[in-house]
Amino acid sequence: MTSADFQTLLPEIVLSGYAMAALMVGVYTTKDKLAPALVWATAGLFVALALYIGAGGSGERVVFGGLFVDDPFARFAKVTILLAAAAVLVMGQDYMVRRDLLRFEYPILIALAVVGMMVMVSSADLMTLYMGLELQSLSLYVVASLRRDSAKSSEAGLKYFVLGALSSGLLLYGASLVYGYSGTTQFAGILSTVKDGVPLGLLFGLVFMLAGLAFKVSAAPFHMWTPDVYEGSPTPVTAFFATAPKVAAMALIARLVHDAFGGVPGQWGQVLAGLAVASMALGAVAAIGQKDIKRLMAYSSIAHMGYALIGLSVGTAYGVQATMIYMAIYVTMNVGTFAFILSMERNGRPVSDIASLNQFAKVEPLKALAMLVLLFSLAGVPPMLGFFGKFYVLKAAVDAGMVWLAVVGAVASVIGAFYYLRLVYFMYFGAEQEPAESRMAPVQWVMLMAVAAIMLVGVINLFGIEPAAATAAQALVR
Amino acid sequence: MENQLLSIITFLPLVAAIILALFMRGDDAAARQGAKWLALFTTSATFLISLFVLLRFDPSNTGFQFVEDRQWIMGLSYKMGVDGISILFVMLTTFLMPITIYSCWNVETRVKEYMIAFLVLETLMLGVFCALDLVLFYLFFEAGLIPMFLIIGIWGGKDRIYAAFKFFLYTFLGSVLMLVAMIAMYFDAGTTDIVDLLVHDFGSETFSLLGVQVVGGLQTMLFLAFFASFAVKMPMWPVHTWLPDAHVQAPTAGSVVLAAILLKMGGYGFLRFSLPMFPVGSDVMAPLVLWMSAIAIVYTSLVALAQTDMKKLIAYSSVAHMGYVTMGIFAANQQGIDGAIFQMLSHGFISGALFLCVGVIYDRMHTRDIDAYGGLVTRMPAYALVFMFFTMANVGLPGTSGFVGEFLTLMGIFQVNTWVAAVATSGVILSASYALWLYRRVVFGDLIKEALRSITDMDRRERIIFAPLIAMTLILGVYPSLVTDIIGPSVTALVSDYNAALPADGAQLALH
Repeated sequence: MTSADFQTLLPEIVLSGYAMAALMVGVYTTKDKLAPALVWATAGLFVALALYIGAGGSGERVVFGGLFVDDPFARFAKVTILLAAAAVLVMGQDYMVRRDLLRFEYPILIALAVVGMMVMVSSADLMTLYMGLELQSLSLYVVASLRRDSAKSSEAGLKYFVLGALSSGLLLYGASLVYGYSGTTQFAGILSTVKDGVPLGLLFGLVFMLAGLAFKVSAAPFHMWTPDVYEGSPTPVTAFFATAPKVAAMALIARLVHDAFGGVPGQWGQVLAGLAVASMALGAVAAIGQKDIKRLMAYSSIAHMGYALIGLSVGTAYGVQATMIYMAIYVTMNVGTFAFILSMERNGRPVSDIASLNQFAKVEPLKALAMLVLLFSLAGVPPMLGFFGKFYVLKAAVDAGMVWLAVVGAVASVIGAFYYLRLVYFMYFGAEQEPAESRMAPVQWVMLMAVAAIMLVGVINLFGIEPAAATAAQALVR
Repeated sequence: MENQLLSIITFLPLVAAIILALFMRGDDAAARQGAKWLALFTTSATFLISLFVLLRFDPSNTGFQFVEDRQWIMGLSYKMGVDGISILFVMLTTFLMPITIYSCWNVETRVKEYMIAFLVLETLMLGVFCALDLVLFYLFFEAGLIPMFLIIGIWGGKDRIYAAFKFFLYTFLGSVLMLVAMIAMYFDAGTTDIVDLLVHDFGSETFSLLGVQVVGGLQTMLFLAFFASFAVKMPMWPVHTWLPDAHVQAPTAGSVVLAAILLKMGGYGFLRFSLPMFPVGSDVMAPLVLWMSAIAIVYTSLVALAQTDMKKLIAYSSVAHMGYVTMGIFAANQQGIDGAIFQMLSHGFISGALFLCVGVIYDRMHTRDIDAYGGLVTRMPAYALVFMFFTMANVGLPGTSGFVGEFLTLMGIFQVNTWVAAVATSGVILSASYALWLYRRVVFGDLIKEALRSITDMDRRERIIFAPLIAMTLILGVYPSLVTDIIGPSVTALVSDYNAALPADGAQLALH
């Protein structure tokens, strides 16, 4: 281990060190009074690290004897994760303070989860992969049950934990099979093994690992926990679940299939395509009957994961690029949407039933307009950015000759459009009744408006993320 | 400067919409009036600039003019331009928008948002006709659904929600299939530039898909995907059912834009993409399309006869008239396509005016039920005259523009398929019967309804609205060369390219 190794790992080390130090300070001093300051400090650190990573050097560095890799792909994913986490953290603060939920552990747990995600996307070895994944998951189990006095929140935490542990078990079992049949835990080693043909046991291991990871991205048919956990967790935590961990898990799948199994796309392409089709179809159909906007967003995220998986399933560099752009657009849309959901309340109590949006446009025209833009963007209607995300993945599918996958995706997007339109319907043409109030902290307002503006202005040049994503994909797919 | 003219025309209304959205506050009478005036001023200015473009347009040049080309994302380009086929649709849009805006002068609910919706819609419609990049075209084409969805949903009638959803989902499903086809074209040709795609040769070798022999190969598949979108938009029988619902529920101005401009996007799409880019696919599918058009003309005319709602009747009549358009386009000869474009323009004026006619009495009586009227001629002589004029134009009376379009398309189709022509001609008679019967029931007869005794004739604003529409219908009816001189060379080029692209034994390719 040289100083170059530590230099590469610097962001993760800084963040873990910060989390430990903050924990000590929190425990021995003022406890929860410190929490708001900690939230801002953590978010500030996230942004600083994102800038550091984004501006940092180019090229690829494999360190710690092949356990950890720092390449453009990891950097792209890390910047997305850090910025999304920072945004979600600050916009949930007002909500949590007013409901007396803001424990000082919250930002620290989020910071640890983010460290886990950064390790995940940089893993070059099955051990690193599992370590990162578990660090992330364990932190998230705790924040899901943050509202200790609520049965729903505890239920969400428990459900998440049990099913998450099951998926980790599947993943671990798969990893052991992969190790057993290839004789190495390093991705590079696995890659050279599979070049000479894939033994059945290795294939088994791969499928089990993909199943475990499909749990983490909540792809159908491993999605069952998502609606309940989304509904039961406090809304800021739900917002977090819907954004950064999804990027990390999706990037991890990309990393695994390309770094370890890149030579044999035929072996996993169909599995991922199957997951994609199931997720798109289920997400689109199951969301129609939902009455709770958080559950609806859960199904919406399942459907979106299906689209992102299209990009991975085609097994090309262009597909990976499409997926990364899709994920970046997806988290941005979700940040905006959750900024709005966080602000929905009636008589000071948070509400999340869709009917409370009735005639919202009459009381709050500007916010309703911003939300309208976001909903059409989620539905994938041009000229909003959401359309370009879908266009990218569909194009990747057609380029790879999987036209049927593109057609399924296109049809699912029409069914999906219905429930986003239903929200528009409630806001603009719903029955006359007292609409919910929307008490927005300034930071939520800024997030909502900024994201809506991004969705519209992005049509000009996607804010230049295209070359960055292309470089990232090139680094992964060789 | 000249190259940016089309961008200026297209985005000027959007700029006004942004100004309205961000800088105009308050909802008092002054603010409402301000919003209306700004919208009227902007749409009029757009019309004047487009008139300037028309005067500078050179009809003898069959290529694209006023072309602007810039790099965009993903290897796409922002490319705008017009040729003989699209310029008149641009003119139709800019001409009708000020009239539409002026016609909703009495709207008092959410006026600012109403004006914003129409201004944004104008930008998107103009974008559709000017775009010279596949994805750019799709972007405008699809985004137009959003303002129309809101216009029907917010300002519409009793069942507006059902109609708005049906409108959106129907058209959205058609369009996403087109999107997949566009991506396939991008993959096949390596470009999304429409000018390049027009000369690209898409494969037409027969292949087998799931055991079915696809005659015309890739071209037929692409044709069908585009057809899914444009046939819904037109709308063609049997996917026309969203139109009567949308028309009945939409506010008057929404109906006008829907009938006069939005429907034309389907026909424009056929002329811009299907026919020139997939000639073999078009040739294979043409018999089917022709018969669908003939059925549409007769069937929807019969349905129109049975309607009790005025707007629904005119909506079905629109479907029938669009049948002539698809028939003319897929006759694929000079008269047929000339006639189709002419029919689209003329229908833009006539159907728009008819919906405005309904709007005039709806504003007074708040019902569209035909039985609620009768004997209006005694109280509203000016209205009776205007309504008579457009009824006759709708029927296709010689001297009005409606006649020229129908005559040319029938002449075109007669050279290709006599049976279709024979069936379609019977539609002319049917259209006379439903239109005249509607007129008789509403305007003539005794004025026995108590509520109608105090109805007032058209005021000055309403007369001003109809004046330009009457003028255009008459001018085009008497002097059709005004249009055919502009579209002629481009249509000739289109037809000769089409025929050149067909295999020498083209007739054998058709479905048997």
